[in-house]
Amino acid sequence: MSQTLSEKPIVPAVVTETATGERKGLTKKEIAADHPTWCPGCGDFSVLALYFKLIEKRKLWHEKITTISGIGCSSRFPYFVQAHGAHFIHGRALPFASGVSLSRPDLHVFAFSGDGDAFSIGGNHFTHTARKNIKMTLVVMDNQVYGLTKKQTSPTSPLGFKSKTDIWGAVDYPINPAKQAISVGASFVARTSATNPNHVLAMMEAAMDHDGFSFVHCLSECVEFYDGAFDAANPRKGGVFNEVPKTHDVTDEFAAYKLASADFPGNFGVLYKVNKPTKNAREAEINASFQSKFTGQKDWQILQKTFDRMK
Amino acid sequence: MSNATEAVSSSGGAQKVSRINEVVIRIAGNSQDGIQAIGGFLARLAGRSEQEVMTFMTIPSTISGGPSIFQVRVGSGEVLTAGDDADVLLCFYQHSYEGHINSLKKKGIVLYDSDHVVPKEEWLSDYHHVGIPISSLTVEAIGGTAKDKGKNIYSLGLIARMFDLNVPKLEKLLGERFGGKDVSILNNALAAFHAGYANSPSNVVETFQITDSQKKDGHQVVMNGNEAIGYGLIAAGVRFGAGYPITPWTDIMELLRRELPKYGGSFIQCEDEIASVSMALGASYAGRVAVTGSSGPGISLKTEAIGWAVMAEMPLIVINVQRGGPSTGMPTNIEQSDLNIAINGGHGDAPRVVLAPANVEDCFYMAIEAVNIARKYNTPVFFLTDQGIATRIEAFTEPNLEKVCQDISPDLTPVASHKPYDLAAKDGVTPHVKPGTRILDGKYPIATGLEHDEYGHPSGSPKVHMLQNAKRRKKLQALGATLPLPKIYGPSEGNILLVGWGSTEGPIREAVDRFRAAGDSVSAIHLRHVNPLPNGLENIFSGFNHVFVVEMNDEGLYGIGQLGTILRARYADAKIQGINKTDGLTWKVKEIVELVKAKAGK
Repeated sequence: MSQTLSEKPIVPAVVTETATGERKGLTKKEIAADHPTWCPGCGDFSVLALYFKLIEKRKLWHEKITTISGIGCSSRFPYFVQAHGAHFIHGRALPFASGVSLSRPDLHVFAFSGDGDAFSIGGNHFTHTARKNIKMTLVVMDNQVYGLTKKQTSPTSPLGFKSKTDIWGAVDYPINPAKQAISVGASFVARTSATNPNHVLAMMEAAMDHDGFSFVHCLSECVEFYDGAFDAANPRKGGVFNEVPKTHDVTDEFAAYKLASADFPGNFGVLYKVNKPTKNAREAEINASFQSKFTGQKDWQILQKTFDRMK
Repeated sequence: MSNATEAVSSSGGAQKVSRINEVVIRIAGNSQDGIQAIGGFLARLAGRSEQEVMTFMTIPSTISGGPSIFQVRVGSGEVLTAGDDADVLLCFYQHSYEGHINSLKKKGIVLYDSDHVVPKEEWLSDYHHVGIPISSLTVEAIGGTAKDKGKNIYSLGLIARMFDLNVPKLEKLLGERFGGKDVSILNNALAAFHAGYANSPSNVVETFQITDSQKKDGHQVVMNGNEAIGYGLIAAGVRFGAGYPITPWTDIMELLRRELPKYGGSFIQCEDEIASVSMALGASYAGRVAVTGSSGPGISLKTEAIGWAVMAEMPLIVINVQRGGPSTGMPTNIEQSDLNIAINGGHGDAPRVVLAPANVEDCFYMAIEAVNIARKYNTPVFFLTDQGIATRIEAFTEPNLEKVCQDISPDLTPVASHKPYDLAAKDGVTPHVKPGTRILDGKYPIATGLEHDEYGHPSGSPKVHMLQNAKRRKKLQALGATLPLPKIYGPSEGNILLVGWGSTEGPIREAVDRFRAAGDSVSAIHLRHVNPLPNGLENIFSGFNHVFVVEMNDEGLYGIGQLGTILRARYADAKIQGINKTDGLTWKVKEIVELVKAKAGK
């Protein structure tokens, strides 16, 4: 893909200075679209505000960002951002975002998802997008409950959580998203919490700069259906926000896995980050090696060669 | 060989040489015997000799091995089907002999491997038996243990001798196929071929020459339907696709995975069917009109995302190589039972385009048409072929690639403003403005599956839902108005009109020919655009007393089949009746003839 697109000028997704001297970075007013439909007090407001801040700070332009989501409260996200975006079907934001990423290297692709969307109905795609290391940033706003459908057990609900589908308390063991991401080959895994804005921004920024599949697991409280779920991670509510120890080697998979295994609230920060070739890069390499055999030929001439062998 | 014309005395004296217009050869063995290769060589040779050719094959759905056949019909005139009955049966095993003798014409030639086949006494008088120890002679010719690998090529030599085929051309084909790094492979193949060619069994009493073709319209290319679709998509400018392996769609994804990198494109193998359609839609959204495809259950899995493509108005090509259903069904058999899911699959009112190519050449050109419809109307397009057309090899006039190949790279020129779902748009057709495009008024579109306003933002307004439903419908109605009426095969008025769609065009036309030769008033039309239908079909129907819709699907609860039901619903015409079957095999001409006679009360 990059080979074909390279015939056209590619403007990098991150613009540190204006290309023509005219365009300035966007203001929050220019980035904001619909007023969010989330409940007052929802953690997702914080993530949205920090996404705006990221766009402002890094001087991203409307047309260079693609915001993609599936279904759920979190996944209403694209409507609130004044940029190209897609609100896709339940659980499938990642393969959709992969299609954008693999065919358009000039765009930065952000996917926003929730715990049900990413780990339950979309669980298979989470595994495979991570293992293929497709370049994009996935932010999962995990509230440990199904909010849009009004309080059913989610794949991250802790044992004993009382929901409308487990009135006696959840009986299924929850998954640990960070552990899962590390084990299936994600090349960037971070944890954060919507109650710590500076930290959220730092994690989203580090994720965006990572060349590969970057996953940010963000605790984001549902005040309607799971009030107080994350108090233990919020110093203002008497909890502790444990940052990843400074001595942690982010390239050490086993150390990262161990940190991710800590009991709730666990550790916040970049748990794991390694540089390995992305699928985008590997596909571009395959293309370059094939295309070098056909330098200077038009597409129809390449096809003609194939047809000549079919006579 | 029914057209055997004159007998000329050969220079050898003993054997008779007959000149024939066409021949049907059925090769029966196991799937690992390389019998498709023999058929492929014969088909390719016919293509290079400007003859018409059509093949038919069955493959077992077992993992390895199992009975398999390949039938090839070569003719110097028009070849519409792979033939009802064979003139020659080449069989490698007892089961191939006993299982396929019924497909041989009476007095036809059965050429059998006498190492494995013991002829049956009761069939000796009905068929001309020629026994040759193919397995041991192959070992003798090429030595070693390679007998399973070489006996197909040995048999090709036998057939080449029997039909006086062009040896230099066949040698060239063998060279192209086996001429790799290891020269001994080609040498073995040529040794096996010449050993077969040199074998002249004493009981072969007759050899044949296929008459020169009258067809002299330039070069032909030879390929199967799946290949024609893959190359058609490349010619159309498609540079992205995503899929998951399933028979018989897999060939297309393998081809695109292998070929697209030459053109700067990629085909991605995904973790499942849903990821495939989703990834293709992501690429289409990003400006690279993409293809996904599948067969059988894979199509069912994709339907939710196809509904999104309708709602979000996103171009997408969905190749459906139909097979026997429901559920896992009959994976390697032929059926046309996915018309309903193609037109209506999924929840809600979700109109989409459905095209059905009639032959291999059509697969190539309609793939281009499909892409252009998807781009123009921003809609998913279903491309319905079937197991029969997928593996059927045909020769057709080489396309002018310089003319037909197109560049559909995304245009990212800034626009002043954009309403992705503009209700005032003519015919409901709105353009897709891709990400990367600057929109100067600062209002950016959201591609969405929620019912939405003109900018793509959610709307629960009943009025908006009505208007947007109408917009999505009107686009297809506008397309329908541009579609040409199918040409009538035969006179435009008469007693019986046969209506077909997809891969059945050949046998239906041959049935018409047979009826007309017998003095019956039968014509046919073939629908290639199935949804929307072209306007004005009622004017064609009005010229006939009976309209029989010939399909390879079940007659259904109301006895009229899948297309038949749609035509009944649209035209409310009780003379529309169904002629259906689900035996998993292509239509034989005589089956159509018999069913039409029964239905018409003759």
